[in-house]
Amino acid sequence: MKQEVLREVQRVVLNLDVNGERAELLLPVHKTLLEVLREDMQLTGTKHGCELGECGTCTVLVDGRPELSCLLLPIQLEGRAITTVEGLASGSELHPLQQAFAETGAAQCGYCTPGILLAAKSLLESNARPSRDEIREALAGNLCRCTGYAKILDAIELAAGRMA
Amino acid sequence: MLRLPRFKYLRPKTATEAARMAAEFGPRAMFVAGGTDLFPKLKRRQFEVEALIGLDFLPRQIHGGSTDCVVDAGVTLAAASSDNHLIESFAGYAEASGQVSSPPLRNAGTVGGNLCVDTRCNYYDMTYEWRKAAGFCMKKDGDICLVAPSSPRCWAVSSSDTAPMAIALDGVVSLTGPDGERELPVSALYRDDGMDYMAKQPTEVITSLRLPADSATRTAYVKLRRRGSIDFPIAGAAVALQFEGDTVMRCRIVLSAVASYPLEATAAEEFLKGRKVDAETIRETADIAAKPAKPLDNADLSHFWRKRMVRVVVEQALQRATTRNQGSTVKLLGRQPD
Amino acid sequence: MTTTREFGVVGKPLARVDAVTKVTGRAIYADDMLLPRTLHCRILRSPHPHARILSIDTSAARRIPGVQAVITGADLPIKFGILPVTQDERALEHEKVRYVGDPIAAVAAIEEEIAAAAIDAISVEYEVLDPVMSIEDALAAPRDERIQDYGGPNNIHKLVALEFGDVDAGFERADHIREDVFFFQGNTHLPMEQHSAIATYVDGRITLWSSTQVVHYVHRALAKVLELPMNRIRVIGAAHGGGFGGKTDPFAHEIIVCKLAMMTGRPVKCTLTREEVFYAHRGRHPVLMWVRTGATRDGQITAMHFRTALDGGAYGSYGVASTFYTGALQTVTYDIPAYRFEGCRVFTNKPPCGPKRGHGTPQPRFALELNLEKISHELGIDPVDLKQRNFVKPMTRTVNWLRVTSCGLDECTERVMTASNYRRRERRPGHGMGFAISSYLSGAGTAIYWNDMPHSEVQIKVDRGGVTAYCGAMDIGQGSDSVLAMIVAEELGLQPADVRLVTADTDTTPIDLGSYSSRVTFMAGNAAIEAARKMRGMVVEAAAAKMGCDTSAVEVRGGRIGDFTFEEASVLAEARFGTLTSAGSYTPPKLAGPYKGSGVGPSPAYSYSACVVDLDADARTGLVHVNKIWIAHDVGRAINPLLVEGQVEGSVYMGLGEALMEEQAFRKGLHKWPSMLEYKSPTFVDMPEVETFIVETDDPEGPYGAKEAGQGPLLPVPPAVCSAVYDALGVWIDEVPVTPEKIVEALRRKEKGEPGRFGPTRFPAIPYPPTIKVEPPPRDLPSAAPAAI
Ligand SMILES: Cc1cc2nc3c(=O)[nH]c(=O)nc-3n(C[C@H](O)[C@H](O)[C@H](O)COP(=O)(O)OP(=O)(O)OC[C@H]3O[C@@H](n4cnc5c(N)ncnc54)[C@H](O)[C@@H]3O)c2cc1C
Ligand code: SF4
Ligand code: FES
Ligand code: FES
Repeated sequence: MKQEVLREVQRVVLNLDVNGERAELLLPVHKTLLEVLREDMQLTGTKHGCELGECGTCTVLVDGRPELSCLLLPIQLEGRAITTVEGLASGSELHPLQQAFAETGAAQCGYCTPGILLAAKSLLESNARPSRDEIREALAGNLCRCTGYAKILDAIELAAGRMA
Repeated sequence: MLRLPRFKYLRPKTATEAARMAAEFGPRAMFVAGGTDLFPKLKRRQFEVEALIGLDFLPRQIHGGSTDCVVDAGVTLAAASSDNHLIESFAGYAEASGQVSSPPLRNAGTVGGNLCVDTRCNYYDMTYEWRKAAGFCMKKDGDICLVAPSSPRCWAVSSSDTAPMAIALDGVVSLTGPDGERELPVSALYRDDGMDYMAKQPTEVITSLRLPADSATRTAYVKLRRRGSIDFPIAGAAVALQFEGDTVMRCRIVLSAVASYPLEATAAEEFLKGRKVDAETIRETADIAAKPAKPLDNADLSHFWRKRMVRVVVEQALQRATTRNQGSTVKLLGRQPD
Repeated sequence: MTTTREFGVVGKPLARVDAVTKVTGRAIYADDMLLPRTLHCRILRSPHPHARILSIDTSAARRIPGVQAVITGADLPIKFGILPVTQDERALEHEKVRYVGDPIAAVAAIEEEIAAAAIDAISVEYEVLDPVMSIEDALAAPRDERIQDYGGPNNIHKLVALEFGDVDAGFERADHIREDVFFFQGNTHLPMEQHSAIATYVDGRITLWSSTQVVHYVHRALAKVLELPMNRIRVIGAAHGGGFGGKTDPFAHEIIVCKLAMMTGRPVKCTLTREEVFYAHRGRHPVLMWVRTGATRDGQITAMHFRTALDGGAYGSYGVASTFYTGALQTVTYDIPAYRFEGCRVFTNKPPCGPKRGHGTPQPRFALELNLEKISHELGIDPVDLKQRNFVKPMTRTVNWLRVTSCGLDECTERVMTASNYRRRERRPGHGMGFAISSYLSGAGTAIYWNDMPHSEVQIKVDRGGVTAYCGAMDIGQGSDSVLAMIVAEELGLQPADVRLVTADTDTTPIDLGSYSSRVTFMAGNAAIEAARKMRGMVVEAAAAKMGCDTSAVEVRGGRIGDFTFEEASVLAEARFGTLTSAGSYTPPKLAGPYKGSGVGPSPAYSYSACVVDLDADARTGLVHVNKIWIAHDVGRAINPLLVEGQVEGSVYMGLGEALMEEQAFRKGLHKWPSMLEYKSPTFVDMPEVETFIVETDDPEGPYGAKEAGQGPLLPVPPAVCSAVYDALGVWIDEVPVTPEKIVEALRRKEKGEPGRFGPTRFPAIPYPPTIKVEPPPRDLPSAAPAAI
């Protein structure tokens, strides 16, 4: 049943734009973006909790919108801009969302944090001063087991206020 | 980490080329659009394919016209749910698109893929290892049904949120096969079979969904699920009504997640036609609509309760459709966007 | 002792010390590590709930190109287990499997997908045995054979029966007696991070990085199973993606990667799939409970008899402790003058249960709160009043010998009552409010295995002004590293950022028994205070000598030691004393009562919480919508209020999930839904606003008066939800989760004239042993306290 592993691997050379950096990589076509980021590009900031589209942990931005990297193939992403948590800060200066998450204690174990930061960034770009309910709706695909979400909502409101 | 099996990825440039590739590979290849339904299932080895045929070439426009609206199959659910034309003229469709799973998933999942989403069953939508332990069922690798062991057929549940609405709106899909194109009403796209659930040819690509415009149509989609996000529907009702004065002239009521195909509540539609809508008729219509729904014990929560809830989702959808734009809001089940 | 003191950093809502590492994605979790030449491991697991293994054929797996090693139980035959009395697990089982998911064989291969294919190619011949899937089943004679070969009769694992005070006399004194049966369904931790471990073996030494809550217990299990001295093994806690108790046992995969690393000479990594995390489990025990309470006409409790039956799953895990915990803490919130507890844990063919947030106490808390609520309705007393009349008093001993020091129950209750306007709540159909309280330990008073050593140790090194604190404690997201840094900074007049931390590494840090039982702030915190005060003594003495003044005249604050910067003072101190190191340790006072089993329950201090839930429940559909939750928590002192609030809010979240939707359910011997889609965890839109109140009672033994915050606030949420549902619809849902179908069914019964309730109807006959009668202690603390406080 799992003997498809004996099949030949199709490899392609792909040009990916991750965090504004272009990378040319030789990749098996069946590797997901999640695997490629973590295993081929050492961008381990992107986490995973199910690999089935059910938890939101692996969220990255594709052309500014949150998508689930566990369900994306790099071959479908040539020419699109991919942003991971590593691309949020400019140099050693934190993004206002990162700053707010740090200050309010919105990251406990921190495992859901990269995905949530990116989904929040996308939200604030289309809606600079979202209400608490709008934040909830926008982040409804990202589970967190530690915080009860309260401090995350506080952090996003704080960052929105500072960015406005 | 769960990983995809090895496959070849084919990149056709047109729908015809894609259809020909599908014809050449037969069941060893599948189309992929957003991949949000297909990839989890491949990781769980619910399909075995040698090649995926990428539909990345599909256009992604919404063409709002005076007689109809054509939604390209490649449009994402997020785009469909936030499109102004769709929200104004086909509110129920935008609503259904906006309730599929979660925001990041809707940014990848497509309108075409949502019409083709595989039927679901909680004996089947499990990992390979789990299914091996449980004993494989006839939908994949086995020969019996684990939900209804004496049944010769599979009862996996049609779980698309937009298909019932597309049917209620008299939607028509454009299909491109290896030898040409054709149109098919969405109502004719499905079969009452949990395994072989699509009536189109496997080689045919859906290129667009056409929704005929009629400004008098009132629509709504109400979805029941345990959580306010991520979850598939465990019952749902799509309604489209047209009035003359107070009287219902045309009426479509289509249910999601209660059968292996989007179930049209024809008796209820007949009942409501020619009547005025009030609390009493809504209740009676909903009662009739719920009768043919036969949920089985293969989705979340008990099937008794789900059966009971069908009436409620139909009622709420009818209320929502008739009161929309009249300033009053219907308090919906659980947490749902208004 | 510290109440009047001005603090430098304690009490300030400072960012966590690892905040920037985490928000930039730079924290390295175990699965993020990929050492050169790492091999990937996958584990073959049992497809049967109960079976004997007849043969295992790994030859086909070995032939797959890329497979480097295949091991089975014969390679790791030595048994281990978290409790010394229940060493019943094997890393790989080669004789008998006891649940779907029990590990049988493991493969190391150059790629994960090859390893996955290889385990599928292993063929195992089984003799399938009849599975035992319920408590009732486990109590009956086995149809084939018992799951474990210890315990008994039948599949009973553990039985206890204790009586404190004269219970019969207590019931005789009662004007009103009420019996209830409740069921608390099992559920799991569901940390976002799947368990992961990576091991290397170089030069005769193993190094393991793991996502564990307790490096020390993993260290012990590895030494035992691999038959290596502890000094040949190093266990390091990687950045931690959530535990909640689920990563507190040593796990098979941790042992397996070490063994495979030893065999292959290459690093080996194993990250569990989400499905495997459900099988690793050690989550909340499903518990059936029977409670009988006697009360006077004005609501004073006269006696209580409490019975529990725990569905333990296939192995011991922490189960013996869990069993005692289901009877231990009833007495630390309500003054119960006579108390009898009978507990029973059974084995079933399911993944083993163990400690989840609140370990063994949310279930009885649920039963206790609802039982009292029902009594109050029958007596015509407001439930809040009745409960308040029975609250324990600070500085007392309970009938079962537990020592209560600080207790903020009254203040917690007042806070949530006032804020929620509970007493003047709106009365409209379908709307309800519910109230409940709870308590939890600040660390267990006794260790898992008997020893007289400290429970926590901290070392501090100062070198050229740089302060490093070493401690075995593991930060699992609760912020224990930050608390340690704040405490050391407080004592040395510095900021947390001035303190470097080395934690959770068995080679470089002194022991700490780990992040469970809410013990780190209390125990490692006290150890840190001791170490830091010794260090302060040295720098102050050196500074005083140079200043030519008395040490008492040297002020320590704002980064200065008297006339010097901290760095200057530390140079003076090093010149005077040599290498600057100090150490502190913490051993809890001997608190256990004079009876067997008294080791479970005592804690140096108890936290207290009170909670109000406001919800709407729909009679037609049974759907519940929680509008808001108010929670007040007596944490003694909030060393960092931001972290305390985070723990309280997270606990409320998890409690609400357990109350409404989370459920470890089984069907035909299998976990019904081992996935994040079907195991329902509340999303952003399912979570109501939570208003948190921190209550400070300044515990006499806690560090700066602090107690626990990470578990207790979960406990009152499920009973408060059920009491609110009763308030809204007039039906009792006597089991969690409170699903809509249960509400609809209870209402249907009520309409038919039957009791308006959903829940278990009977408690099974259990062969409890003869009750051990224990003389209660004198109830006022001074005459009873063994430790001076
Ligand atoms: C956690 C989770 C929750 C979900 N919840 C919901 C939900 O609530 N409601 C819901 O409706 N769905 C849900 N889905 C299913 C799925 O994500 C959506 O249905 C989505 O719209 C599928 O679109 P896609 O483009 O990603 O399809 P794909 O995964 O690319 O394809 C799905 C199927 O359609 C075929 N296909 C795709 N496009 C075409 C085309 N143009 N022509 C012919 N065949 C085509 C593919 O071959 C495949 O068989 C969920 C999925 C996940 C993982
Ligand atoms: S309905 Fe029966 S045959 Fe169909 S997927 Fe479920 S178990 Fe399999
Ligand atoms: S890892 Fe869970 S959604 Fe991608
Ligand atoms: S902070 Fe731990 S899962 Fe969100």
